[in-house]
Amino acid sequence: MHHLEFEKPVLELEGKIAELQHMSQSDDGVDMDDEIKRLRSKAEKTLRSTYQNLSAQEIVQVSRHPERPHFGDYIKGMIEAFTPLAGDRTFGEDEALIGGLGRFRGRPCVIMGQEKGSDTESRIKHNFGMARPEGYRKAQRLMDLADRFKLPVLTLVDTAGAYPGVGAEERGQSEAIAKSIEKCLRLNTPIISTIIGEGGSGGAIAIATANKVYMLENSIYSVISPEGCASILWRSADYAKDAAEALKLTAKDLKKLGIIDEIISEPLGGAQRDHTAAIKSVGDQIEKGLKEMDELDGMVIRARRRQKFLEIGNDL
Amino acid sequence: MNWITNIVRPKIRALVKSKDVPDNMWQKCPECDAMLFHRDLDKNMNVCYHCDYHLKLDVDSRMKTLFDKGKYTTAELPKTANDPLKFKDRKKYSDRLKEHRAKTGRDDAIVVAHGPMGGQTVVVAAFDFKFQGGSMGSAVGDGILTAARIAVQQNAPLLVIPASGGARMQEGALSLMQMPRTTIAVEQVKEAGLPYVVLLTDPTTGGVSASFAMLGDIQMAEPGAQIGFAGRRVIEETIREQLPDGFQTAEYLQDHGMVDMVVHRKDLRDTLIRIFGMLMKTEIKKTAKSEAPAKDDIVVEEKK
Repeated sequence: MHHLEFEKPVLELEGKIAELQHMSQSDDGVDMDDEIKRLRSKAEKTLRSTYQNLSAQEIVQVSRHPERPHFGDYIKGMIEAFTPLAGDRTFGEDEALIGGLGRFRGRPCVIMGQEKGSDTESRIKHNFGMARPEGYRKAQRLMDLADRFKLPVLTLVDTAGAYPGVGAEERGQSEAIAKSIEKCLRLNTPIISTIIGEGGSGGAIAIATANKVYMLENSIYSVISPEGCASILWRSADYAKDAAEALKLTAKDLKKLGIIDEIISEPLGGAQRDHTAAIKSVGDQIEKGLKEMDELDGMVIRARRRQKFLEIGNDL
Repeated sequence: MNWITNIVRPKIRALVKSKDVPDNMWQKCPECDAMLFHRDLDKNMNVCYHCDYHLKLDVDSRMKTLFDKGKYTTAELPKTANDPLKFKDRKKYSDRLKEHRAKTGRDDAIVVAHGPMGGQTVVVAAFDFKFQGGSMGSAVGDGILTAARIAVQQNAPLLVIPASGGARMQEGALSLMQMPRTTIAVEQVKEAGLPYVVLLTDPTTGGVSASFAMLGDIQMAEPGAQIGFAGRRVIEETIREQLPDGFQTAEYLQDHGMVDMVVHRKDLRDTLIRIFGMLMKTEIKKTAKSEAPAKDDIVVEEKK
């Protein structure tokens, strides 16, 4: 498992436990059960207190943890009959943003999100979850499909941002994102967005202009990466820690600011330690959100979404 | 340092300072290096009279060049939270705001005005790049929403003129939320059946370009303006290559089908009047050109 710097004390305890287990299994037959039990509870306590007191910069690290469940894991864990749909019908297929039809707890829906990949090969294939204009145009196409067949749209956001490249600029990255936001706003069906890892700026909001916006406890949502912010405002990326703090990019801060609707708790020690539990929590929250909008007329759903964004910031 | 030095003194200074005499009577054209005399430059709408390079035009001058006889009404904009995140980098955001307010005499980076343009009432929302790089936070978002509301109330077209580096980092995700909020403003104008035109000026990048600025019924750009999503430096660092000259310029965007036209500043007013006239189905009167007619000379079809 990939370990983060601040998890070291837990790691040491886990190492000791493994050692003791190994010893007690050897021929000497010394009973170490009590000691192991004690250490286990200590490790759990340390893990709990560590994760309860994460700094913004530490949460940034957890949100980017390579072993966190990614889009594909959520598809496997909570979507049946997933039928990926490809291409923007204009230029190409962008595998950074995956989408298609599927059944979420029985209901047909359109689901989409950025996939970061889990090893070198898949990371390259998915361009590390950084979509080009084609990805956002595919998103628009899928939202049209959802609208036509009155299907809810579920988006899972996990991206450092939209891809900054020459081709992406030439083919209108700005326009593609702007139109995608516009499309979200025009939907006459519910759209629910969950930030499962990184919610990076325009590349995130393009598919997160939603009726309900949820965030996993250790995910982040920000207008710019802390590193980018630090290099501009502090003139050095070394201040990323200060920028992470200042940007108020954690779920807790954003809930307070009225930017997100709910925080989804993660399993002890982060979603990376228990995919199944994390995916189930996300699914439960989405189901709750969908149920809240079940009886609503399409026009009402659309009007409420608009009203919600208009009100953001008014009470601050 | 107190409120007198921060606010009162600069404001008095701004009042007392004669605006007709700039600190430099001459300035160098960034493109052709020719020395330009301020009065000639003023007359030429801040366009180099040797090489046609479009220098930045301040908001007040911009408004004057657009409206009939240079007359317009400035709209009051809603007050938004000052520094909602209590953001501090090397400097407090609240102090930066104070500085920019004193320097520009504005509350934030946007000015909304309305008045006749070729006899047709038009609402214009223009960014002031001098106010923190024209960055978009809550105040700018609310400014665009106000502009849209006035346009709908007055049954008038909306022209937005961005000049912005993008979202305002010091307002964190709240500034990101201005992307959907300004898009809603555009929706409201479009739903009322009114024209929404964007004039992209130097620079229009980041969150501003990726929201309302790319959603115009008609997209215009000023010659040479830098327009794009990601900044040049970010792209160069990502692809580890030098970018070609002319990348992300207005002309480059036109070549790639992203804007309808690149318009010389001297032709802008007439182009806008012509387009608004057609989209608003205004009947043609012979006077309806640069010589500003009285408002009553133009017949505007009532919208249903």
